[in-house]
Amino acid sequence: MSTHVPISKASPALLLEGVSKSFGSVIALKSGSLRMEPNSIHALIGENGAGKSTLVKIIAGVHQRDGGRLELAGEPVDFSNTAQSKDAGIAVIYQEPTLFPDLSVTENIFMGRQPTRGFRGIDRRAMRAQVKELFSQLGVNIDPDRPTRGLSIADQQIIEIAKAISLDARVLIMDEPTAALSGVEVERLFKVARGLRDEGRAVLFISHRFDEVFDLCDTVTIMRDGEYVATTAIEDTTVDELVRQMVGRDVSTLFPKEPADIGEEVLVVDGLNTRGLFHDVSFSVRAGEIVALAGLVGAGRSEIARAIFGVDNYDSGRVTVEGKSLRKHDPAAAMRAGIALVPEDRRNQGVILESSVARNSTLAIRRTLTRWGLLWPQAENTAAAHWAARLEVKTSALDAQAGTLSGGNQQKVVLAKWLATGPKVLIVDEPTRGIDIGTKSEVHRDLSTLAGQGLAIIMISSELPEVLGMADRVLVVHEGRITAEIDRADATPEAVMFAATHNKEAAA
Amino acid sequence: MPNAVAERTAVRTYKNYSRPAWQRVLLTREMAIIAAVIGVYIVAAAVVPNFAAPITLTYLMLDIAAILLIALPMTMIIITGEIDLSVASVVGLSSVTFGTLYQAGLPIPLAMVAALAAGAVAGFINGFLVTVVGLPSLAVTIGTLALFRGLAVGILGTTAVTGFPDSWTDLATSKIPGTPIPTIMVLFVVLAIIFALVLHATPFGRGVFAIGQSSEAARFSGVRVERTKLMLFVASGTIAALAGIYYTLRYGSARGDNATGLELSVIAAVLLGGVSIFGGRGALHGVIAGVFLIGILASALRLANVTSDVINIITGTLLVISVISPSLLAWARSTWARQRGKRAAAGGAAPSAVGSAIPDAQPSPPQQKEEQ
Repeated sequence: MSTHVPISKASPALLLEGVSKSFGSVIALKSGSLRMEPNSIHALIGENGAGKSTLVKIIAGVHQRDGGRLELAGEPVDFSNTAQSKDAGIAVIYQEPTLFPDLSVTENIFMGRQPTRGFRGIDRRAMRAQVKELFSQLGVNIDPDRPTRGLSIADQQIIEIAKAISLDARVLIMDEPTAALSGVEVERLFKVARGLRDEGRAVLFISHRFDEVFDLCDTVTIMRDGEYVATTAIEDTTVDELVRQMVGRDVSTLFPKEPADIGEEVLVVDGLNTRGLFHDVSFSVRAGEIVALAGLVGAGRSEIARAIFGVDNYDSGRVTVEGKSLRKHDPAAAMRAGIALVPEDRRNQGVILESSVARNSTLAIRRTLTRWGLLWPQAENTAAAHWAARLEVKTSALDAQAGTLSGGNQQKVVLAKWLATGPKVLIVDEPTRGIDIGTKSEVHRDLSTLAGQGLAIIMISSELPEVLGMADRVLVVHEGRITAEIDRADATPEAVMFAATHNKEAAA
Repeated sequence: MPNAVAERTAVRTYKNYSRPAWQRVLLTREMAIIAAVIGVYIVAAAVVPNFAAPITLTYLMLDIAAILLIALPMTMIIITGEIDLSVASVVGLSSVTFGTLYQAGLPIPLAMVAALAAGAVAGFINGFLVTVVGLPSLAVTIGTLALFRGLAVGILGTTAVTGFPDSWTDLATSKIPGTPIPTIMVLFVVLAIIFALVLHATPFGRGVFAIGQSSEAARFSGVRVERTKLMLFVASGTIAALAGIYYTLRYGSARGDNATGLELSVIAAVLLGGVSIFGGRGALHGVIAGVFLIGILASALRLANVTSDVINIITGTLLVISVISPSLLAWARSTWARQRGKRAAAGGAAPSAVGSAIPDAQPSPPQQKEEQ
């Protein structure tokens, strides 16, 4: 157990000032600031990509900051790993806790620091007594002896919190803890969080749900584009004000989509359902149109895309391309029908890092390049060079491993792979995530041009400026349902953000 | 339909390859193995009495023919990131099927077809359990290794079927007229060409590599991952059954315990030949050289009266070296580069770069496979 500097009235529990972090050429955090007081629950809000996670990871010691100040109870600190931040009294409870499923609740709480007695044997009785004490302090009822496998996410979070308290953590960070919880579970978590606050701890609560923020928190800090925007007492602000601060920027000049002739309906999705992921999803996309699926991370947008493309199965519903019904759970059939999917996880799903640029860009059309049943290197190289040139892929040679390219160029290779198939419907899932700003605008220009040539495009994006700049129509997905359909003319940041954080009934 | 991004003029042109052709062909791991085969053969011919005799080469090839055959589909299976440990048991099962049916009065060609079918079914069972049920191939084929061997021994007991017509047993051990090369090598060469083309020059083969490099990305690119693996397991079973027929005729004896332990020789040779155990990398000519390397070493050492336990120690050491050599080389190269950097910084003239014999060795281990 670690000791702590007594907290003086003047110094905050945790202070960050002007903290920055970049990964290669991508700036994840420009200037993050946060001042957490003891005896207080502090909310941290911002769009996806605003830098919240990076900030938390710096506090937790997962990442090391490039610049700026980090102080714990008035003392400057540096964490080079997560163990150091834990020792200093910081605990992070993630959305999905990582416990050892086959060990008991008690063993999980004391993992790595089990109390011992004679002959270094583990003192099980002492462990159990302490856990019971912890649980009664938290006011929860979980059997300390059961394995954690099969416990609900809510219970697993409580176990993480119990672990944090047993370590006497003074600063608790909860990263979107309520995303997977039911109403009752959220209430219990809030009770626990308030209890922790009243014991003098500082709690950071990250959430996309404004009602929760207003219900639970004392102070709120808003972040945008990797920068600190403002900190206000919760009673001095409103939902409208927060939304404005989260999205407040001039979006009209970014990524303009050129006007295109909107043609016939190409893709029709009718009543798509998968239990637990998405429900009754119906929409259509016309030739020349870019339809954005907006919403929060985890709302079910990628799952919808994967089901349409056939990588995943779905329970019920129908997908038709140009009037022809599509076999479900069959990507090859989707490809034949003219659907292409540029997936979300570029490094694992999009590009084969070990394989060459040429092989990657011809993977989806390899069957069309054969002569007498065989693939000739010349045919592959010609096709690959054609698409690499069209998309201006920067690579030393076509046989360079895709893994040696920058993220943006890897994404272009994935795009090349799919454009080569001559698709009618192109689904792009977070097409510009983690790529530099220059390549980003090239990708946007390419998408715009493709739509101009009559392609029907579905764009999933968590970046509001991208959505508003590119989309002819915005479909907002919230908790697996399409909760709003907004035309380009009516699409304001506030409208999209509101629909993304509220249920349909509330939005109506 | 739209199949062009932009009217933008394509200004960029691309080199097809980052290295000249001779480097791409010669400076590979496969060529290093082939060079080792030639080197070992020359040394053995000079040092070991009788090794240079043509009859030695004949017996060497007769000995490794079964391994060569089974290594063809095994290469593809390991490139997809799977493994088939049951092949030697399928050899036994095929041998017993073939022998029992011949004994029961079936003509030889029909018995052969039945044995091949038994192998295909065995391979299908493996493939079904791996792809449809979703079990790891390591566990599945350890299980079927015991199962198929048990069936083989169970059918025939400890007895053997002998008395195959001389015309057939002689064919198995015959040579191409005027050469010391066994006739069975003709069959092998035909199959090797087919497998090499399928693996290295067809869409199917591209899919095999893609699965091994990233089965997730392959699935997202429309590669039929499960179907591909199932086909490979069926091919593996069928070829193992073919090897079982050859094995039976060569020794004139159908037994349930034929070729026990052969799977380890096959896998050792495939890995020695440059196929990554993690999948995604490898070439068939390297594997063939790997089989020959192990075969030549064993044959030469036996002729030199080295005992079989020592032979095992040597081939085992060779295998370990071949598996760790890529990372060792990368380590050596980075150390060398660092020291060169230091010397250059100190003002001394840096030595000129010398091409490594294995330049495509990977500095880092292949990415983790997705867990199912």
